[in-house]
Amino acid sequence: MSLFTISGSPHVHSDTSTKKLMHSVIYAMIPALLVSVYFFGMGAVRVILISVVASMLFEYLIQKYLIKGPATLTDGSAIITGVLLAFNVPSNLPTIIIIIGAFVAIAIGKMSFGGLGKNIFNPALVGRVFLLISFPVQMTSWPVTKPLFAKGLTDAITRPTPLGALKDELKKGDTVQQIMDNGVTFLENGKQVIYRIPSYMDSLLGDMGGSLGEISAIAILIGAIYMFLKKVITWEIPTAYIGSVIIFSGILWMVDPAHYVNPIFHLLTGGLMLGAFFMATDMVTSPMSSKGQLVFGLGAGILTILIRVFGAYPEGVSFAILIMNAFVPLIDLRFKPKRFGEVAKK
Amino acid sequence: MLERGEEILIGTKILMKGLGVNKAMIGIENNKPDAIKHMTELAKGYEGIEVYSLKVKYPQGAEKQLIKALINREVPSGKLPIEVGAVVNNAGTAYAVYEAVQKNKPLIERVVTLTGKSVEKPSNFQVRVGTPVTDLVEAAGGSPKDTGKVIGGGPMMGRALLSLDVPVVKGTSGILLMPDEEAHRGVVSNCIRCGKCITVCPMGLEPWLLEKVVMHEDFERAEAEKIMDCIECGSCNYTCPANRELLDYLRVGKSAVGKLMRTRKK
Repeated sequence: MSLFTISGSPHVHSDTSTKKLMHSVIYAMIPALLVSVYFFGMGAVRVILISVVASMLFEYLIQKYLIKGPATLTDGSAIITGVLLAFNVPSNLPTIIIIIGAFVAIAIGKMSFGGLGKNIFNPALVGRVFLLISFPVQMTSWPVTKPLFAKGLTDAITRPTPLGALKDELKKGDTVQQIMDNGVTFLENGKQVIYRIPSYMDSLLGDMGGSLGEISAIAILIGAIYMFLKKVITWEIPTAYIGSVIIFSGILWMVDPAHYVNPIFHLLTGGLMLGAFFMATDMVTSPMSSKGQLVFGLGAGILTILIRVFGAYPEGVSFAILIMNAFVPLIDLRFKPKRFGEVAKK
Repeated sequence: MLERGEEILIGTKILMKGLGVNKAMIGIENNKPDAIKHMTELAKGYEGIEVYSLKVKYPQGAEKQLIKALINREVPSGKLPIEVGAVVNNAGTAYAVYEAVQKNKPLIERVVTLTGKSVEKPSNFQVRVGTPVTDLVEAAGGSPKDTGKVIGGGPMMGRALLSLDVPVVKGTSGILLMPDEEAHRGVVSNCIRCGKCITVCPMGLEPWLLEKVVMHEDFERAEAEKIMDCIECGSCNYTCPANRELLDYLRVGKSAVGKLMRTRKK
């Protein structure tokens, strides 16, 4: 008689897989993607397409000719990196710069460590920060938002982001209240133009200048809820991250409301929502244990506000997450899950 | 339980007397409401025995987890349940005790479940220890054509059998015939550090870390990370999205650490 297959237990497996987790993340990014196309039009479509195709191509080539391992393209992680990179750049970024960003993200940020799961830093953020430092002008010219099919406006018109405008004006000595009331005045082609800080409602829906994916807090929240239900992300990192941003910026605001903006402004502008839900929660580059994830989120929140308020850049989410990525091995070493039976000893 | 409730309760009473305790708790998962109802009804006639309904959860039957669920005490690492004042026995044991004490019958029989997706008549058999497994399979309608794997025990912790030509032993609780398509493992890919293995581990261990440590044969570190607490429930392996063979490595590590501890004692 024939012999049966033998192997160690367990003999069954849950229906999760890396591929399914990655695909859930891709679905979760769709709302933010639609909002970016709505407000930035074809520019957004172009950036996303180039970024995704370039990321997938680099991953395929490196896996096939350098690593010579089994194909990893189907796991979907290159698509995520591509979309996230696109989410983190302005919609008028020249094609060649997007391709360089995708190369740095995939080749240096991910594949040089050995591929998915081995990378220390979030690949999309590695690409983004590389571009920000290498092409500061292109990376910080933000096309003005306009609803899809609206006439009369082109990508050529650029405006600052709320965070950028605020930072510049604060340096000039204005108070937060003056900036909020009067807007920011600057010269464009010899004419005086006033840029008004968007209302909370505008920033909630996404009608503000910024990178593709970061503008709409609502779209990001919808995606985040989906990921939460699919158990792709856990509550620890976003809660600790956003919580510490609110507390830390809240303290500054209460001490001196004339020179520090309120926590809600910090929450709704810039890349905080995108970072807290989509990038800090990247499972590969975040701590494993629940306690470790809380520490990670806390650190990222404090660093974000430090950079936004006291640093040279108006935005600090990418740097904060990358810096905390570097601490993950140490956090994992220090913050262990509670072992069963540990309560007895003190 | 539905058929032998009275006997199990008498067995429990005998165990209580033997141990000198006056309180016994019977934990039943709440997906078996008829068993809970039946046993609660019967237990009214027995002083000191109470039936508790437990949330369905794997692994629940492991003694340390059962103690935690029933009296919310955690047995310390490397210690026995008596440390927290508890003793755990199976319903099957209680029944065997009843038979041994009341009927003077040694443990020569046990109930074996024979089941599987393609099995014609999945059933419970009360058989003598030593009965060939082939006879059980015959009685359940023969071995299905697509059988690719035979498991002695449950799907999470049971052992795969090489052939059906083995006898039922006193530890055989069930035989599971799996179709060939379910008999093979998935392709292993890189750990994506999702942390699911930590979330599911009932002992609060870090299976991903232990796997790595064992791969590097750093058994001292494995011991420090409490590898010996692993109860081999298989939850980490079951949940791993990358199909990593966590439990295989944990077993290798446990046997190596066990050896290490024994040489240290000498």
